[in-house]
Amino acid sequence: MNETFTADKNGYYGEFGGAFVPEMLRLNVESLRAVYHQIIESDEFQKEYSGLLKNYAGRPSPLFLANRLSDKYGTKIYLKREDLNHTGSHKINNTIGQILLARNMGKTRIIAETGAGQHGVATATVCALMGLDCVVYMGEIDMVRQEPNVKKMEMLGAKVVPVRSGNKTLKDAANEALRDWICNPVNTFYIIGSVVGPHPYPDLVARFQSVISEELLTQLREAEGTEDPGYILACVGGGSNAAGIFYHYINRKNVRLIGVEAAGEGINTGFTAATIAMGEIGIIHGSKTLVMQNEDGQITEPYSISAGLDYPGVGPIHAWLARTGRADYLNVTDEEALSAAYEITRLEGIIPALESAHALAAIGKLNLKKNDIVVVNISGRGDKDMQAYHEANT
Amino acid sequence: MNRIDKLFQSKKQNILSIYFTAGFPAFNDTLTTIQELDKAGVDMIEIGMPFSDPVADGPVIQRSNEKALSNGMTIKLLFKQLAWVRETTDLPLILMGYINPVFRFGVEKFLHKCQKTGIDGIIIPDLPVEEYRLSYELFFEKYNIYNIFLISPQTPDDRITYLDSISKGFLYMVSTAATTGAINNFNESQITYFEKVNDLSLKTPRLIGFGISNNETFVQACNFANGAIIGSSFIRALDGNGTLTENVHEFIRKIRG
Repeated sequence: MNETFTADKNGYYGEFGGAFVPEMLRLNVESLRAVYHQIIESDEFQKEYSGLLKNYAGRPSPLFLANRLSDKYGTKIYLKREDLNHTGSHKINNTIGQILLARNMGKTRIIAETGAGQHGVATATVCALMGLDCVVYMGEIDMVRQEPNVKKMEMLGAKVVPVRSGNKTLKDAANEALRDWICNPVNTFYIIGSVVGPHPYPDLVARFQSVISEELLTQLREAEGTEDPGYILACVGGGSNAAGIFYHYINRKNVRLIGVEAAGEGINTGFTAATIAMGEIGIIHGSKTLVMQNEDGQITEPYSISAGLDYPGVGPIHAWLARTGRADYLNVTDEEALSAAYEITRLEGIIPALESAHALAAIGKLNLKKNDIVVVNISGRGDKDMQAYHEANT
Repeated sequence: MNRIDKLFQSKKQNILSIYFTAGFPAFNDTLTTIQELDKAGVDMIEIGMPFSDPVADGPVIQRSNEKALSNGMTIKLLFKQLAWVRETTDLPLILMGYINPVFRFGVEKFLHKCQKTGIDGIIIPDLPVEEYRLSYELFFEKYNIYNIFLISPQTPDDRITYLDSISKGFLYMVSTAATTGAINNFNESQITYFEKVNDLSLKTPRLIGFGISNNETFVQACNFANGAIIGSSFIRALDGNGTLTENVHEFIRKIRG
């Protein structure tokens, strides 16, 4: 079995990946594929990218030893604080990278899809920074449940387009962004927010997010004298923060990688977004991966309280990590995520995003020992979720 | 001989191919629509297999897909509806849809079913030529089903020539950078693109699709290709006030002018 965990030249991780796009998008995807290695590996790009990560996004993000949480679980838990980045999540790592690519390719208009609005805000932010036009597609339902982010995007000068097709959530927003790209192929760059979509996006986004695990190596060495924790936990919707914190550890097999999906109301209730648990191989948004679908190959509507995890597909890299057994994928319900959010807030004074709360909720599902080192990726902060948290408490 | 080849051998101009979504407007309309289109004198029929996420389609066909799915249409049931279709029409028939349902059905099984049913060709916009050649071409050849390739204004000349060289049946020429949907007139850059492709002297016949909605655009398209494909505006016509039969015939009369 092929156990390389980087995309091959056609964008495949094992049997997953590829670029299933209509001819109308082929030139766009192909011209990005042809240049991305060369551009992002250039000194000039790297200098500007790391400069912006440092001075604009506020990296490196801290690695925080959560003492009271550690006591509670009888182990040693570190939190990778992506919530402290500018715009409040890991999404900015990717949008800075992609906007530099877009500028380099001479594109003047940016489009993006967003679920929770974190990627939308991170995209609108870098568009403001670079003075580029920005259109963000967002499901109508998500616009209601993540309203603060809609206002932020608008203040940043982006046009937020409500998507009313399908389930009116992330999947439908991505459909609409792809349709926009078909209609505006020349001047427009599509900044995809996760390790999903046609090749080269999954690889591209994973590379930009890999700064998380690159920092973690150094930070753990300084804190613990070892680069390798026992466990790394991250939530998985499309899977970009997980891909980022797994990246440099994928070939270090002594580190257990744990992705945490949103079970919604429970994986067997029909109201779930746990794609690795419930999906079958298929093609969604240009990528062959695990997909939640019915017998006829119609993509089914996912459900999760967390808009950022409410996606019926998953990045092909995760489908492959799951298939090979290199990473394990657990899932937690809405309720478990909500109570994990309250727990960490009361123990550590950190209000996490609902997405990140799923990763935290999985700690209790592991068989941990006192000497284990556990790193949890706090992919975003909870400001946008105050309404859901408030409702859960009343 | 594949019925698509037969058509293009016997007719070089003004070919009219009509797309509609199977199971739309009502679940059992599929066969009637085919029969009426045949009587109305169209040259080829594209039967749409509805999909939950039709990214290359505009609002009209998105809605017909949604409606057909809520009517209960599936690939399996479509093959049932089409089981005796060859007793009623000799027109070339094409199934058009997205890759996921076909993949889920099983590509070889799907093509085998197509052969048994009398389907002549397949159009799957999100199955790239590269994936087709790598994994599926053998099956298409085994069952003598043509996979129709698309070209668009974004397709570079050398790729058009390449697609022409490996094409069977016809090339589906997408008229503009857009999803499916009607426009009233072709603009200058579209005409330039049509002329450019004309000048490439391709061996494969071409039909122009996307944005053809009335007699004027149909005639214009026929000036630059062997004919045209109409989808969205036919779907809209099916939603008209008449009976299914009346709606079909009135629309085709208007298009033929």
